Amino acid sequence: MRATLYPLIAASLFIVAGCATQEQKPGEGAPVEGAGPGGKPRAVETKPVPRVETGKPSGSPFAALKDPGSILSKRTVYFDFDKFEVKDEYRPLVEAHAKFLRENPTAKMLIQGNADERGSREYNVGLGQRRSDSVKKMLTLLGARESQIEAVSLGEEKPACSEHNEECWAKNRRDDMLYNGEY
Amino acid sequence: MMRLLLLAVFLWLPAAQAQLSIEITGAGAQRIPIAIVPFAGESALPPGISSIVRTDLERSGFFRGLELPPISPEPTEATSVNYAEWRSRLADALLVGSVQPRPDGRFEVRFRLHDVVKQQALGGIAYTLGREQVRATAHRISDFVYEKLTGEKGVFSTRIAYVVKRGNRYELQIADYDGANAETALASFEPIISPVWSPDGKRVAYVSFENKKPVVYIHSLLDGKRRVLANFKGSNSAPAWAPDGNRLAVVLSREGGSQLFLINADGSGVRRLASSTAIDTEPRFSPDGQWIYFTSDRGGSPQIYRMSASGGEPERITFTGSYNVSPRISPDGKTLAYIARNDNKFQVALLDLASRQVQILTDSDRDESPSFAPNGRMIIFATVIGERGILSAVSADGRVKQRLSATAGDVREPAWGPFIE
Repeated sequence: MRATLYPLIAASLFIVAGCATQEQKPGEGAPVEGAGPGGKPRAVETKPVPRVETGKPSGSPFAALKDPGSILSKRTVYFDFDKFEVKDEYRPLVEAHAKFLRENPTAKMLIQGNADERGSREYNVGLGQRRSDSVKKMLTLLGARESQIEAVSLGEEKPACSEHNEECWAKNRRDDMLYNGEY
Repeated sequence: MMRLLLLAVFLWLPAAQAQLSIEITGAGAQRIPIAIVPFAGESALPPGISSIVRTDLERSGFFRGLELPPISPEPTEATSVNYAEWRSRLADALLVGSVQPRPDGRFEVRFRLHDVVKQQALGGIAYTLGREQVRATAHRISDFVYEKLTGEKGVFSTRIAYVVKRGNRYELQIADYDGANAETALASFEPIISPVWSPDGKRVAYVSFENKKPVVYIHSLLDGKRRVLANFKGSNSAPAWAPDGNRLAVVLSREGGSQLFLINADGSGVRRLASSTAIDTEPRFSPDGQWIYFTSDRGGSPQIYRMSASGGEPERITFTGSYNVSPRISPDGKTLAYIARNDNKFQVALLDLASRQVQILTDSDRDESPSFAPNGRMIIFATVIGERGILSAVSADGRVKQRLSATAGDVREPAWGPFIE
């Protein structure tokens, strides 16, 4: 929701600034000495530099990706043990990113799927791939273009938490979504 | 299992090399008693040829080096042997030799092996070498002795590849079979997994995450040059060489999921090998090139299957247990080593493909990545002891057990290289 508001705010600020310049009437400045002899004194016009307030996000929609107040700054989807479907609690997050990708065709996303450390490293690459494919599928069903998204797996190689217990493993069964420029 | 001896291989290399040490736990039941006489003049070549040969042979689990009193003068390959005297020392075999300096600064090593029971010489070889080839020369002598007395080729001159992780740094290292002479082939700040040797031993294929995703590389050990084998959209992993060295099987997700593909060693000719909605991974060719063994969860849990290397319907190989992964076929094609989960322990298992008998070979609980020695006698694998990743080796009969651990960091992903001619 918020992401769509920012362009509107920016646009309205621009309009306000435009009106301000028009309200400045010519010839209001004080007369200046030294006008040419014999002629009518010419009015010297000065225009103040219009001041534009950018607001928080600078015009670029990509700023929302870094804005802690935006859902788009959240990039991680967690999965249950041996599970690959996106849980309901992560639907709004995936929907927000799908909308962003839909509205910003130049945006590209890398989804890195991860698995916990138990078992074979290569089989865990497979489990992580299933998780990243799962989020990619949901994003494309919601309108993101297939060409915008690359789903890959880091297997068990990049744990977010390195202890050997279920609490930690739950943090490692995840997808991280990265945008171009971030990987 | 009795801890027979603790042997540290002290090897100091420039830069930050891991020092690997071997600990042997357990030995074969039938060990050939062999007298290895210190080679005359070997003090010129520390640590001495004979001690390396003795360590090699004992480590194999097939030999027991006899303790010898000082013998003066030392018998050499040229001395006539008093077999009765060696028999009275309970030796079945006798190794004698000598080291001579040469005018060019190199050395000449000669040896002769004797069968004390049959009272006959079994031959010997002369080598010339520089100081830096002491270990390599001793390993060749060990190979000669091993083959003459057991009828099988020795693996003392082979090398292993493995990955060391220290902090956030990963190194692909290549070392002698015993962990000595470790050299770093690749250093990276991103993970490296799944190294596999080309059949000629000149190249290693592996998966590197340096591009924030898994990409398969082929790395030449001769000149350090490497190139991308597979970097398609999605993940690229689990390389396996065909025995002819011209093709590899790889796992690609470019068409969705983790699926088996064949690719030429130059990166051309990608073709899909199998099609499923499951995770199909960890392919391995049989030594005759006819079959591809792989892990798949198409039946609901990860199990080992095989299919014809030209494609076709897969056949399930493992049935007991709910987690059987990482298939590695033995060099003779008759047995399959893999990782089985039993009661939450991940252990090396060996399946006899003819009798279907399964034997669990280890008593550790976080085993990974088994790899056969090229003579099929030993299986090296990664495990975790005291929160540290180490390499371990077990004989195919489960009797001989060894550990290789680095002084710092985690060691994992071992791959035993082929015989080098």
